[in-house]
Amino acid sequence: MSPQAAQKLTRKDFVSDQDVRWCPGCGDYSILAQVQKVMPELGVPRENIVVVSGIGCSSRFPYYMNTYGFHSIHGRATAIATGLKTARPELSVWIVTGDGDGLSIGGNHLIHILRRNVDVNILLFNNQIYGLTKGQYSPTSRLGQITKSSPMGVVDNPFDAASLALGAEATFVARTVDVQAAHLQSVLRRAVQHKGTSFIEILQNCVVFNDGAFGDVTDRSEAADHQLLLENGKPLVFGNEGKKGIRLNANMEPEVVSLDDVPIEDVLVHDESNDALSYFLTRLERPKFPLPLGVLRAVDRPTYEGQVHEQIRTAESGNSGTDFDALFASGDTWVVD
Amino acid sequence: MAEAIPSGSSKPIEEKTTVVIRFAGDSGDGMQLTGTQFTNESAIAGNDIATLPDYPAEIRAPAGTLAGVSGFQLHFASDRVFTPGDQPQVLVAMNPAALKVNLGDLEDGSILIVDTDAFTKSNLRKAGYEANPLEDGSVDRLQVLQVPLTKLTTTALADLGLPNKAMVRCRNFFALGLCSWLFNRPTEETLAWIAKKFKKAPQLIEANTLVFKAGWNYGETTEAFTVSYEVKPASSIEPGLYTSITGNKALAYGLMAAAAKANKQLFLGSYPITPASDILHELAAHKELGVITFQAEDEIAGVCSAIGASFGGAIGVTTSSGPGIALKTEAVGLAVMVELPLVIVNVQRGGPSTGLPTKTEQADLLQALYGRNGESPVAVLAPCTPVDCFRAAFEAVAIAIRHMTPVYLMSDGYLANGAEPWSIPKFDDLDDVPAKYWTQAVGFQPYLRNEDTLSRPWAVPGTPGFEHRVGGLEKDYDSGNISYDPANHERMSRVRASKIAAIADDIPPAKVEGSELGEVLVIGWGSTYGAISEAVQTLNAEGVSAGHLHLRWINPLPKDIDKVLKRFKHVIVVEMNLGQLVRVLRDRFLVDAVPLNKIQGQPFKIRELLEPIRAIVEASK
Repeated sequence: MSPQAAQKLTRKDFVSDQDVRWCPGCGDYSILAQVQKVMPELGVPRENIVVVSGIGCSSRFPYYMNTYGFHSIHGRATAIATGLKTARPELSVWIVTGDGDGLSIGGNHLIHILRRNVDVNILLFNNQIYGLTKGQYSPTSRLGQITKSSPMGVVDNPFDAASLALGAEATFVARTVDVQAAHLQSVLRRAVQHKGTSFIEILQNCVVFNDGAFGDVTDRSEAADHQLLLENGKPLVFGNEGKKGIRLNANMEPEVVSLDDVPIEDVLVHDESNDALSYFLTRLERPKFPLPLGVLRAVDRPTYEGQVHEQIRTAESGNSGTDFDALFASGDTWVVD
Repeated sequence: MAEAIPSGSSKPIEEKTTVVIRFAGDSGDGMQLTGTQFTNESAIAGNDIATLPDYPAEIRAPAGTLAGVSGFQLHFASDRVFTPGDQPQVLVAMNPAALKVNLGDLEDGSILIVDTDAFTKSNLRKAGYEANPLEDGSVDRLQVLQVPLTKLTTTALADLGLPNKAMVRCRNFFALGLCSWLFNRPTEETLAWIAKKFKKAPQLIEANTLVFKAGWNYGETTEAFTVSYEVKPASSIEPGLYTSITGNKALAYGLMAAAAKANKQLFLGSYPITPASDILHELAAHKELGVITFQAEDEIAGVCSAIGASFGGAIGVTTSSGPGIALKTEAVGLAVMVELPLVIVNVQRGGPSTGLPTKTEQADLLQALYGRNGESPVAVLAPCTPVDCFRAAFEAVAIAIRHMTPVYLMSDGYLANGAEPWSIPKFDDLDDVPAKYWTQAVGFQPYLRNEDTLSRPWAVPGTPGFEHRVGGLEKDYDSGNISYDPANHERMSRVRASKIAAIADDIPPAKVEGSELGEVLVIGWGSTYGAISEAVQTLNAEGVSAGHLHLRWINPLPKDIDKVLKRFKHVIVVEMNLGQLVRVLRDRFLVDAVPLNKIQGQPFKIRELLEPIRAIVEASK
């Protein structure tokens, strides 16, 4: 299939013949639909797309995509995708994982793929619960959350997925929400454009075991006050009609200010290339501050697989050809007559 | 630099057919380097050789202590050599600790060369000697050559203006020069090697050359040495071009050659671990051949990245040792389920857990065969000599592709670090490795099976029309979609087992060396080959009808093995574990096989085999 033909693909071309088996009302449906909508725009032939997943509800994703797919083992999608992308850099590789798969059992592989900057797109569905195993707490569950394995409340401190990704030197970190289709699509488009690992945390509602975990963020009546929609180069404003802003006070602490009282020039301006600001944004505490959504960080750094193949090209160009006979005889040799 | 060394000793030369020499010193004394270069000299002299490096896990244990002693044993002969030798006839001991660790291994009359300068009060104390063993009669049963080796080294270097410490560090070259004289080894190659090895430090070229020559000249001039020895070239070696090669290097070459023959990318996903890391080092050094090496964050990522690369159409390989293999087992199960080519190299070491990292053992066989959840059959192949690591790695890649399966390649520490002469093959003469991705436009199903091999198609991303999903969940026999159907699971479990059994059609029949039938069949696998060969030849010479069956393929076994088992009165299974292959054989063939085991982190000595085998034969008379 030529790239031209690929451009004519539609959403339907990415829908597999398998019945989707998530619970009715699961946030995963929306994410699947947005991915299938965005894929035809990429100009990538369908056969060059591979979706790799681990284990968990989200990891059923590859079966529903009519592309190449690999539903692997718990936590290891990142490691499998690293091998695949390094061997075949021309492929468009997507990883679908969750807060248990990616941050708990697969936490080690996740931080290492981020620091290496392998050019893949990681969609981490964060529902703050283990769904497939029926309701145990995850590394992102809230302190005090009552789950099947924490009947008196969670006592392990959670971590923030975006903070962790930034700490692991990710070159692209974004956050979006399952039910905000347009926002999700715009983040996916940005991720695809990024050369290097794109890490997208998607807040996803588990209707069965943790319903409404992000209700304060997604509830339409309150969303304006609880979401900070990031735009590069634009001031950090939110609230109805953008009347609120975030600035640093004299103690270098963030505070919410009313733009009726404070000039817009005092409000912080988003800069996707500013490390400190990106991290600062992931540390804003709810509900005192709104939840930042959008691209937190986007910077350029050479990709892992690009450098690997660059070294191979350099070595090959200095070599007069594949000569195993010379290699085999490269040590001390002697002849027996 | 200066004048050349004369071509041989001027003193009387005594001919020997076989010599076992051991170099021993502190792990910082350069004994591995000395031993390796002496091995090269012996190989160039035309002898057959086998080596056994034996070093501590600590990089630098406290100097002078027993824990820090590093040894390198070489067996060189004018006949065929099968093992590094049971006991050294020559020991070079660089300090009291090296003497103490090795003295018990020496037979009466053996040659002992010691650096007397290292026998100081402090070193004697560190080695746990209350009195100097050179003076209290402890070594009277040996031919002792007391050499003030440190002093002679520093004297030779007096004019170079090197610091004392740097001068003392050169003394292993004195020992190498002295031994080169003692056994009339060729020296030109060593001088060239010194110039190459230290080319970034010209002063060290000069220093080591001076010291090497001083060692040689000392042998020639001192009255302590009245004779030197000669071991003639081995006449039984096939003509050809040879090099000395270790198992790890041969294994790396085999992987690269097979991938090149298959015209596929070689991808190694690996995490550093003793004694397997040298394979990673070797492959990482061959980017000019297009090899990709990925040093993963852990063992699991090592194997998973290899599986990902295989899904993409590369030859995925992962290398490790026991504890690392334990971490990889879930992913190996995934490779069984998704039926992709994968080579898992286990350079076995002493276990369990961290065990004995630098020592050899064969105790991971049952782990390879059965160490996964579910019915999870894989192919298992074990090289039997360092040189065989080349052929076995080549075969492992070919079978992994042809049968779309993980293959365990079971090397061990002894094969990995041991060296022997390798008759260098021509690349063009190596077998072809057919490897084709699926291209037939009609009738594609991801789990469609080849009639002969039962393998599924290798359809790789980037090929239009074959978009499909694989994964760890059970798949429908026909469509490859997820299936929870009970009968389908049984059918798939059986076909995965049959697929591995079908490999038996592609492997050679059981080959018995020595007697074809009779009293006793000695079965081994892996690195015990040399010791068993020599033991069986000795038994044959004694008139015992003994046969030697060495199993390279352990899963599947050669098709005709049951017939071979029936031709002998006794079956003995030799292993460096507490009895693993013996269980498999008893289970499969209801044969009364007797285990013969050693689990000391050291290979079998010939006599450790001969005595128990003779006892079994005698008892039944």
